[in-house]
Amino acid sequence: MPWEIGYLLDEAEQWVDAGRRTRKHDGRLEGLTQINAFFENSTRTLLSFEIAGKRLGADVVNLAAGASSLKKGETLLDTALTLNAMRPDVIVIRHESSGAVALIAEKVDCPVLNAGDGRHEHPTQALLDALTIRRRKGRVEGLTVAICGDILHSRVARSNFHLLAALGAEVRAVAPPTLMPPHVERFGVTAFTDMDEGLAGADVVMMLRLQLERMEGAYVPSTREYFRSHGLTRARLKAAKPDVLVMHPGPMNRGVEIDSAVADDIQRSAIAEQVEMGVAVRMACLDILTRPRRDAA
Amino acid sequence: MKPVLFRNARLVDPWNGTDRIGDLLVAERIIAATGAGLAAPADAEIVEASGKLLCPGLIDATVFRTDVEAAVAGGITSVLLMPDQSPPLDDPALVERAERLGKPRLWVRPLAAATRNLNGRELAELGLMQEAGAVAVATGRAAIADAKVMLRLLRYAAGLDLVVIAHAECPFLTAGAVAGEGEYATRLGLAAAPAAAEAVQIARDLRLAREAGAALHFACVSTAEGVALVREARAAGQDVTAGTAPAYALLNETALAGYRSFARLSPPLREEADRLAVRKGLSDGTLSILVSRHDPRTQDDKRQPFADAAPGAAGSATLLALGLTLVHDGVLTLPALLAALSAAPARRFGLPGASLSPGAPADLLLFDPDAPWRIDADTLAGIAGNTPFDGLPVTGKVLRLLKGGETLLA
Repeated sequence: MPWEIGYLLDEAEQWVDAGRRTRKHDGRLEGLTQINAFFENSTRTLLSFEIAGKRLGADVVNLAAGASSLKKGETLLDTALTLNAMRPDVIVIRHESSGAVALIAEKVDCPVLNAGDGRHEHPTQALLDALTIRRRKGRVEGLTVAICGDILHSRVARSNFHLLAALGAEVRAVAPPTLMPPHVERFGVTAFTDMDEGLAGADVVMMLRLQLERMEGAYVPSTREYFRSHGLTRARLKAAKPDVLVMHPGPMNRGVEIDSAVADDIQRSAIAEQVEMGVAVRMACLDILTRPRRDAA
Repeated sequence: MKPVLFRNARLVDPWNGTDRIGDLLVAERIIAATGAGLAAPADAEIVEASGKLLCPGLIDATVFRTDVEAAVAGGITSVLLMPDQSPPLDDPALVERAERLGKPRLWVRPLAAATRNLNGRELAELGLMQEAGAVAVATGRAAIADAKVMLRLLRYAAGLDLVVIAHAECPFLTAGAVAGEGEYATRLGLAAAPAAAEAVQIARDLRLAREAGAALHFACVSTAEGVALVREARAAGQDVTAGTAPAYALLNETALAGYRSFARLSPPLREEADRLAVRKGLSDGTLSILVSRHDPRTQDDKRQPFADAAPGAAGSATLLALGLTLVHDGVLTLPALLAALSAAPARRFGLPGASLSPGAPADLLLFDPDAPWRIDADTLAGIAGNTPFDGLPVTGKVLRLLKGGETLLA
């Protein structure tokens, strides 16, 4: 396992503990400016990064631009230069276009955190998923993790393919053929189009959100047919290990990709815990990435 | 105009299939004589050309912009201009205007838009545009989706003896896509279309062209299956030709790494097996015409996230050098390369100036096939330097270019 991942997850543990105290403030990012530049709508990830920054004492500013203000004429690189001129100490970026975050990162002088770019990557989500699994299962290595649903459009799936494989898990991609990207096996994962086969013997089942506009005939015929073939129900979950852990990056479509009885099963569902781990992981990222400039100050 | 005598050049004449050392005399805007030890007229400029190659000026059979500087730097004397202009070349007056745009340094041969405003529905005035100077009819950047419209276009064009130049990508399969399906598109999270999008369109258009008895040319073939379909149709005797661009023989999907928007092309870069098949297609003559698909884009169009960047690459200034790379690789012989860059498009589209026969117009290129240089996007001649080959060492330097006996570059 790459030591950097283990180190980051270890660091995040302290923030889980800190987050459970009444007084959660740490203050090590005191005086630093954190810009959350979200060019694509987000509620939970933006909130998570904002809370993470504030708990560490940073001055957090949110730019929830949507793609619309960019379409007024300013190019993305001009926006990047504008942000950079505000002299931030860390920028968190989400953008609807794959590769856009890396493009901006080339143009600014501070650390950039990718909060999701197109279908490409969502690294902090994968990290929080790994932390959740590690805390619940005691390890990631050797576990069978089935990632199920709209793999084609999912940055969460791609980041988890990289991370969980690096941590030694056996990763499966489970999706209907229309939502499975070509050559997915090159990520080192095994592809299943049959949900029951994909779930067999799994230690962890990670469900992905299916975008509503993709459900009505474009990629799958209907939500009810999708639920029949790929929805996670109690009956279907019997194929997995008895102590299977159920995860979902949210927001959930209950009755589409996941049955409420499964989502709300406190024995097996880690969905709320994932949100909590998200704040801790993001605090660890913000802390670690700003250390060089804090040390230099 | 002073006569020019080239001495001891390697004279490659792809039209006549000859390749020999000799002299060539230009006078009165035409090739006056070729042979050994020609006598120099008293007022002639003598160009000592031993070790250098003299051939017809290149004909670039697909460009999207009239970019005289890029063409001249690339040794090109004629370009076939795609109808995707602003406004599209769908009217005789626009065709006439487009033809004049390159004067006096470049022959611009306009291609008539197949349909009005390139809308893919109503036929444009092909006959009138032909009279105005259009050398063929083209569907432009996109294929005609409606098979009935395509069939009528092919029938109508056949009646005018116009070759139809078709874009070989099924528009339904490529809608929304910014890359070709493959490992890289999946890794980078880019919306992608399958390589089959090309085969689907080629198969349909081949069948419709047979139905219509029309002459068909695929502007750019980039997949293994596409090459195979064209090869098969040619073997069966169908009147079909196809072109490709250097990028499809030299690059594959790996060029997309790091979201390099200069590698966003249309058709997209493919998987390695497709690249190898394109090279095979060039070798065996299935892909008989090599084109630049010159499409200069400014920084504003390209310095964008990959999916938002405009597709296309500048190609005129690097066409010869990249073609010579294929010669060095053993894909093409030097005469075969020069045929793909002059005689083949001239024959297909009925253009003058692709031979060294006495009496032919003096559109001539003198170059040093071994002179090395490095492609540099920042200093590339022309409107813009958006080349996916930035930094590549190549050989082949244009030493002199003549159009109608007039020296454009020396």
